[in-house]
Amino acid sequence: MSAKLYLYPIWVRVWHVLNAVFFLVLLVSGLSMQYSNPDVPLLPFNVAVTSHNVAGLGLFIIYLCFLILFVFTSNRKHYKIEFKGLFGRLMTQMRYYIFGVFKGEKPPFPALEEAKFNPLQQVTYVAVLFVLYPILIITGLPLMFPEFIIDDFFGIGGTLLTALLHATAGFLASLFLVIHLYFATMGARFFSNYKSIVNGYHELH
Amino acid sequence: MIQKIKKLPICLIICLTIVNIGIQAQDVADNSQCLKCHGQVFYEYHNEWTDQVDRKPLNPFHHIDSVKLHSSVHKMFACVDCHSMEYETFPHSGELRLEEKYQCMDCHGGDDTFAKYNFEGIEAAFMESVHYKKSDERFNCWMCHDAHGYELALREDKPIVEVVSASNGMCLSCHDNKFKYGLLSDEEPSDIAMIHSWLPNQARHFNKVRCVDCHTKVQSDILIAHNILPKEEAVNDCVQCHSSNSVLMESLYAHRAKESRAESGFLNAVVLNEGYIIGANRNKVLNYVSIGLFGLVIFGLLVHLVLRLILIKKK
Repeated sequence: MSAKLYLYPIWVRVWHVLNAVFFLVLLVSGLSMQYSNPDVPLLPFNVAVTSHNVAGLGLFIIYLCFLILFVFTSNRKHYKIEFKGLFGRLMTQMRYYIFGVFKGEKPPFPALEEAKFNPLQQVTYVAVLFVLYPILIITGLPLMFPEFIIDDFFGIGGTLLTALLHATAGFLASLFLVIHLYFATMGARFFSNYKSIVNGYHELH
Repeated sequence: MIQKIKKLPICLIICLTIVNIGIQAQDVADNSQCLKCHGQVFYEYHNEWTDQVDRKPLNPFHHIDSVKLHSSVHKMFACVDCHSMEYETFPHSGELRLEEKYQCMDCHGGDDTFAKYNFEGIEAAFMESVHYKKSDERFNCWMCHDAHGYELALREDKPIVEVVSASNGMCLSCHDNKFKYGLLSDEEPSDIAMIHSWLPNQARHFNKVRCVDCHTKVQSDILIAHNILPKEEAVNDCVQCHSSNSVLMESLYAHRAKESRAESGFLNAVVLNEGYIIGANRNKVLNYVSIGLFGLVIFGLLVHLVLRLILIKKK
């Protein structure tokens, strides 16, 4: 039995599971609308629109909650990037994923109470939560109320531009989801990280 | 002398303005005699019986918006070209209200000048419409097309928002006006917003899509479909517009769809000039790039997973 660290407090786990549910609904309904086909609908169009709107608002609300708790809890320390030597640390982590993991090496940056993310996770999570999510929300809310979108932005339709940005950010977020799900299998055991996000305890390698 | 030279540009502008007005006026018939009363909300006349000047409110159904008249497609016609010459006499004879009005086809039918617009096809489609069938044939062209103010929008390639506004204005002139609706029905028109409450982003749809785009049967041989369907047969399946084979390409955007749609890489690109329809507007290049990227990521992760599993088994 390997050692365990309590790294994921209840609010993080609740936020994470809600985030996952909303994200999946947004992904399926978003794809269904973007590639709507009367002959083979992934979801009926009106169901896709309604569920996308509801899940989008849900994601926005829990994102605001996350930001508030981020400010008022110690959780924010895990997202503070130390830029000095960052490139070297990223390379070390990537080298581990590309070569080290096959040689049975130990992770170069194991999860600690003070730093639960490895450098690659940290940079990715910061990019997703503080760049991609705001883009998704800033472009998604106006698409819900398109009458507020300007008709023409330097010769390009405002709605088209907003929709393109939204779809691009959504696509990148879906890539993140797939990679995130796979890398979650690289814990002490295949499913140990999945258990961690349920019970809060991270199993060490 | 210097002062005279200074005044020269002003004189030139005045002359050009007069010439321009003259050129424009050539296309507009002089209907000022009729508009003295019919262009006003109140009209005045000398009552020979009482020897007084009477001031009366004009019947709103007989009021003509002179500004609209002078920019309409029929601006070159004198009122008496279509109405009886006897209207030149005031007070008008009471019998004149029984005068049979000209219909569109009286001028536009069987005329080679208008052959390309297929007015005969329009008439045939109209006669199949619920308007015509449900009104004991009392419904006529003028009920939608204001003879005194009709302007071309779609054919003139005006912005889609203006095309939609002009077209929907015709429908709402009855369906949102209980007095005009009352000409054909004892019932009051239904609340348009309420009966379309199922439609998401209702205001956006009403500004960007014409009523007839959902409420007619599209025909390729006429520019605007005139076969208004019973409400039960109207389009209410979102994907009929929100898909790559959007029906709007055969109706609202039909005349513009002939423009190159492939150059920008977008499907139904013609819409992008003035709007965006999710599901109908897709970029082929971005589609391929995204599928390729996603495939590469999945492939890379699968290879990584397989190698991991092989190595775990070896150990």
